[in-house]
Amino acid sequence: MLNKQGRQTDVSTAAELGQNSFTTHSGNRGLEQDELLIYEIGDTVRTGVDLEDIPEVKDRLGGVTRDNEIGLAGLSEPEAMRHYTRLSRMNYAIDMGLYPLGSCTMKHNPRINEKVARLPGLGDIHPLQPVSTVQGALDLMDTLAHWLKTLTGMPAVAMSPKAGAHGELCGLMTIRAALDKRGENRSIVLAPESAHGTNPATATLCGYKVKAIPATDDGRVDLQALKDALGPEVAAIMLTNPNTCGLFERDIIEIAEAVHDAGGYFYCDGANFNAIVGKVRPGDLGVDAMHINLHKTFSTPHGGGGPGAGPVVLSKALAPFAPVPYVIAGAEEFDLVEHVERGSDSFGRMTAFHGQMGMNVRALAFMMSHGADGLARIAEDSVLNANYVMASLADVMTVSFEGPCMHECLFDDRFLAGTGVATLDFAKAMIDEGYHPMTMYFPLVVHGAMLIEPTESESKQSVDQFIGSLRHLVAEAKAGNKNLFSGAPYLAPLRRLDETLAARKPVLRWQKTD
Amino acid sequence: MRYLPLGPSDRTEMLAKIGVDHIDDLFRDVPEGALLKQPVDLPRHASEMDVERQMTAFADKNIPAGSVPFFCGAGAYRHYVPSTVDYMIQRGEFLTAYTPYQPEISQGTLQTLFEFQTQVAQITGMEVSNASMYDGSTACGEAVLMARRASRKKRAILSGTLHPQYVDVVKCVTKFTDDVAVASPLDMFSVDALIDQIDDETSCVVVQNPDFFGNIQDYSKLAEALHARKALLIVVVTEVVSLGAVRSPGSMGADIVVCEGQSIGNGLSFGGPYVGLLATRQKYVRTMPGRVCGETVDADGKRGYVLTLSTREQHIRREKATSNICTNAGLCTLAFTIHMTLLGEKGFRHLARLNHAKAVMLADKLEAIDGVEVLNDSFFNEFTLALPMDAAEAIERLADVEVIGGVPLSRLYPHDPDMKNRMLVAVTETVTDNDMDRLVQELKELVNA
Repeated sequence: MLNKQGRQTDVSTAAELGQNSFTTHSGNRGLEQDELLIYEIGDTVRTGVDLEDIPEVKDRLGGVTRDNEIGLAGLSEPEAMRHYTRLSRMNYAIDMGLYPLGSCTMKHNPRINEKVARLPGLGDIHPLQPVSTVQGALDLMDTLAHWLKTLTGMPAVAMSPKAGAHGELCGLMTIRAALDKRGENRSIVLAPESAHGTNPATATLCGYKVKAIPATDDGRVDLQALKDALGPEVAAIMLTNPNTCGLFERDIIEIAEAVHDAGGYFYCDGANFNAIVGKVRPGDLGVDAMHINLHKTFSTPHGGGGPGAGPVVLSKALAPFAPVPYVIAGAEEFDLVEHVERGSDSFGRMTAFHGQMGMNVRALAFMMSHGADGLARIAEDSVLNANYVMASLADVMTVSFEGPCMHECLFDDRFLAGTGVATLDFAKAMIDEGYHPMTMYFPLVVHGAMLIEPTESESKQSVDQFIGSLRHLVAEAKAGNKNLFSGAPYLAPLRRLDETLAARKPVLRWQKTD
Repeated sequence: MRYLPLGPSDRTEMLAKIGVDHIDDLFRDVPEGALLKQPVDLPRHASEMDVERQMTAFADKNIPAGSVPFFCGAGAYRHYVPSTVDYMIQRGEFLTAYTPYQPEISQGTLQTLFEFQTQVAQITGMEVSNASMYDGSTACGEAVLMARRASRKKRAILSGTLHPQYVDVVKCVTKFTDDVAVASPLDMFSVDALIDQIDDETSCVVVQNPDFFGNIQDYSKLAEALHARKALLIVVVTEVVSLGAVRSPGSMGADIVVCEGQSIGNGLSFGGPYVGLLATRQKYVRTMPGRVCGETVDADGKRGYVLTLSTREQHIRREKATSNICTNAGLCTLAFTIHMTLLGEKGFRHLARLNHAKAVMLADKLEAIDGVEVLNDSFFNEFTLALPMDAAEAIERLADVEVIGGVPLSRLYPHDPDMKNRMLVAVTETVTDNDMDRLVQELKELVNA
């Protein structure tokens, strides 16, 4: 068979045509090039920079000088360029294809955002240069805060948290500070079984014990179980909405009321805000605090693991407890409050300086590009794409919960029963189809979970091809073609990696061997 | 809308396939009344050109460091980043990839992390490193919590000359746990004074080198005293370039080293995103926070890299995790690694020596001004200056004539009268002879006025 470009889809044919019939001296295969470590290519003499001569002065290092060789490997500029370019080609990326990682929101990263973040007036300013010389930066932070507050219907926002989990910590510390002020010593945080791992980890960091709330058969929080768990010991509930099964918590207002009636606070994990941005305001649902992952909903690049940013919107009651620093808009100019002054309820400082300015710039550019109208379209198109994927696969895969999903759809592994193919194998076979796998084995509430989030960035053609690939894989699994899965991936830069070996005998750095 | 590929006919077809009439039918689980009928009160969408114009208007109200003689440091430093670095981190394969959870199609990110971990271990003089924290200050907070796990004791002593915002961050992250962070007074930073503070409950002592005011110390004796009490030495380095000229914390006996890595590969960006480095000894690896990359082989026996030791982490261990960190500073680590690879041993050492020499030159010139004093016994590329006037006012007046002269210490110690006339002055390779002469000239006029 040929694909639309006329390429053979039969992989074994490609192998017969060449791959196994001769050897290459380098081990490379055309554009598929291996790359050694810098320590195996470079040495301690080579360099890729030219620096001016060092003026002769009498050193003032106090005798604490470094005289032994450090062992750093250097490369000339062309070698470095080639090294990292070759490595880059071993990565999958949004720019290359649909990236269906549920809960991660892998959407298009516009390059205008990169461009404006590098304007000297935004990228080349120091956090401690005089406030009079950074009025534009403070104005920008204040403007972003206005957009975030308007979109969430919340009156305040803490801008300094550096990522989602840091935002969670900010939110819980704000809550704890408010409870301390009330003189209440509550010790428990409730979180659903389906919560992100960061939720319980954060609660522990804040000195709380975590109690899990079970889910109902339709993938939502069990309202009765929640009510039963509430009491004078409960400080807060941490709830993701839309939840990690990709579902809107229908009872959310009742949940908020129940928590408030019991004297606790409602922390919303805003990781899935993408599904409702511009359509629903968390402030209307009774939320007291919520972090927003700028690197999800507002498209600051994931960058292979970060950086992110996690501003936290706060209710009026919690706002006084927010951390420093924060921007104050005066009549004439903007000012920055950097210290917890006497009499202030602020719980303190979470990071040096003022937070992830570079991410703020990118997120604001993304918001301005979309506007109020476009942001609502983000929610609609991401939900439409996810429901379309679900509807198009419902007859061959097992949808975990009935009814419409939000921006991601959840399948479990019942459809693989009897095939000998596990979720992991199924996911790895997607790599051979040219896709990054979906989120696997999360959330924990269904068996062998597969969580698919196409995002609003995908065209119908793109989603249709993805659906076609999944249907093909399901058919192969059901046809008993087990090897296609158990040995996958076959066509990636590397075959399946031995993660057990890595953990059992950790090799965490290069070492000189001779 | 340039970012949204679905058109009206796509939507109609897709809704039909799903079996609903209207997009809002998919939002039917939203409680009655909570679904907005109108767009929120914000501007409508804007063209790329318009967005650039609006962002430029913000930028134009700031004074970029590169446009004036510039001497701010205090934990963030302006260095020259080679063009290759910024080009490379904008390649889509790096920029738009997720955390490398699927190693078969993430070797680019993983191998650079392995190189990063090696570079960090080498410059700090430690055995192993993780794959980054948010920044130096949060890494410092994590290190204190890690020392508690490693020592099973909970009293952390912070040197008086640790960056005051790092002190605040440690106090904040330990505020609601039963850890105790003891912030020492400003005059308590000598090795002997710190040794006197150690008791049986002490988990660690946190020192900074060069310290917040620029002074350099050898902390070997402190490490020995701590190890004798089964406690840890944490060394903080906020100017990572110093490690090319100053003895490594590892060689002094440090157990955990945390650095602000921004100086290598990353711009000032008004304070973030930066990159926190955290390195330690092999025996403490399993108490480390954050991601770690390790070497392994694939099914064909070929070498490759994976994220490993993840049973420490929140997505596996949940409330028992060593940290709640998930997203880290991935792209900033890449920038760090590429810049460090371009520098190499030779360039890194040269850069450090150049920074130091320029700082010495400026210190000499400033000391020659009547009434101006350099307070340091030693320094790397930053020192404390005492003026015969209010330093914050001096810096404002300098800014009026387009010289950003440094950081007034009153900004960080607002209630300490001793700090009123003092400022930190940082000098990197980006400072020219002309820049120095401008500062000296303008400051001379100010203090003589």
